[in-house]
Amino acid sequence: MTDTERAKLKDRIAVIAAWIVASLFFFPIFWMVLTSFKTELQAIAVPPLLVFEPTLENFSLIQERTDYTKYAWNSVVTSVGGTALALLIAIPSAYAMAFNPSRHTKDILMWMLSTKMLPAVGVLMPIYLISQKLGLLDTKFVLVVIYAMINLPIIMLILFNYFREIPKEILEASRMDGTSTYNEITQIVMPLAWGGIASTALLSIVLCWNEAFWAINLTASDAGTLAALVASFSSPEGLFWAKLSAVSTLACAPIVVFGWLCQKQLVQGLTFGAVK
Amino acid sequence: MNPTLVRWLQAPSIIVLFLWMIVPLSLTVYFSTIRYNLLYPERSGFVGLSNYEYFWTDPSFMPALLNTLILVGSVLAISVVLGLAISILIDRPFRGRGIVRVMLISPFFIMPTVNALIWKNMMMNPIYGLFAVVATAFGVEPIDWLTQLPLLSVIIIVSWQWTPFAILIFMTSLQSQDQEQKEAATLDGAGFWAQFWNLTLPHLARPISIVLLIQMIFHLSIFAEIYVTTGGGPGVQSTNLTYLIFTQALQGFDIGVASAGGVFAIILANIVAIFLIRAVGKTLTV
Repeated sequence: MTDTERAKLKDRIAVIAAWIVASLFFFPIFWMVLTSFKTELQAIAVPPLLVFEPTLENFSLIQERTDYTKYAWNSVVTSVGGTALALLIAIPSAYAMAFNPSRHTKDILMWMLSTKMLPAVGVLMPIYLISQKLGLLDTKFVLVVIYAMINLPIIMLILFNYFREIPKEILEASRMDGTSTYNEITQIVMPLAWGGIASTALLSIVLCWNEAFWAINLTASDAGTLAALVASFSSPEGLFWAKLSAVSTLACAPIVVFGWLCQKQLVQGLTFGAVK
Repeated sequence: MNPTLVRWLQAPSIIVLFLWMIVPLSLTVYFSTIRYNLLYPERSGFVGLSNYEYFWTDPSFMPALLNTLILVGSVLAISVVLGLAISILIDRPFRGRGIVRVMLISPFFIMPTVNALIWKNMMMNPIYGLFAVVATAFGVEPIDWLTQLPLLSVIIIVSWQWTPFAILIFMTSLQSQDQEQKEAATLDGAGFWAQFWNLTLPHLARPISIVLLIQMIFHLSIFAEIYVTTGGGPGVQSTNLTYLIFTQALQGFDIGVASAGGVFAIILANIVAIFLIRAVGKTLTV
């Protein structure tokens, strides 16, 4: 065998290995989706069924049994609401910091990031008791506020990085024409950084959607999100794997697609801008 | 722009984050020094450090601390080593690479509660789970993962979710590696390992440290994966600090002791955070 042949063979083995590894990682997800189309009996069949007649029964049943749409709606409201609130606060701030940096700007951003390191369990008691006193337990409002706060530091940092890339000359030219600050943000900065803002929002929605700690501890049947609904399936009684799979598939599908779409921003956002 | 306006624009984000940090934090510290049990509202008053003492001398404390360290350490080791290997494996052009990438990173986007339940039911169930089926097919006695190896089960579940995170970061970072340098090294006869140690690893040094630190922050407070699978058991075999504090607060109703635990968790997280903030700060240009 010549060297090129050997190199080619090695390459082919690497590609096959890559496919095998990827299939192993993806398998549990594939299995979950597959199980959601089985009947409960087929779901626990031994040996497991690969070929079967698919049913859509689970998807219609979960609505009756668990009021799926209510939880889904709660997830949508809390993750979109939390993200919107955070963006509303972050856009003007990040704009001011990016275009008028002072010697404190970096320290402020680093301090913001440090609030993200506060372990949730460390502040669970005060947040729980405050929400209880204010009658906010099991409301979407409390989750919206909390999700806005836990994502604000990341959003600030990514937006800051995006805004920094806008050439200052554009803003200076518009200022010469007497554009107000509000118009400057809405008509110049936001359109220019639109892609960045959209994908930052997407990242924030992904993180809120999957958040479980606060959802489990602060909500019950009224404001529970899908993450909390799925957690309620953990009781050992009854094997409702097919229905559980159907709920899970519906709960995860939009977010997995979002995740695929905003890989780049995810990397930036999750590493706080340190890996680009 | 005039400086007053700049300040006004910055103020909201700084004020809300300051409140979000300082109010719960000071309350936690305050609660940790008083007697405060929801079941016995008549008992109150300043108790100094006795809540801390109670938390530290709790027979569950040492196992929980140890479990936390084992959990964080193993998941870090597994996800970084596997993440490195896999991202290097797919760092070559081949047909279907896009699909392979998507398949590899997908587990990271699955909700932790869903993730935990898939594994608990469909993989690790001792009768119907796929692990049991495979074991039986090979004539091996299937094991009840969550009861017999609870901590290892949690480690597997969390690693499945977080290895894709490491892959995602390393993969992105590898794309910025200097290909010509690698080709030159190949022409000079440098083998795979020589290139790995001298080119790839130095290139990935920063991403690796960032991944380690971020995962440490997240893994110190793993909750959902334990909550829906083992419930911290059997006994306290898979209880970590977060879960221990959770049980004391919301099941034991002892706010004082749980707050003392909270302060402990905050200190632990901050030790890691200092290093992370420093690493991130180096890359931020103002």
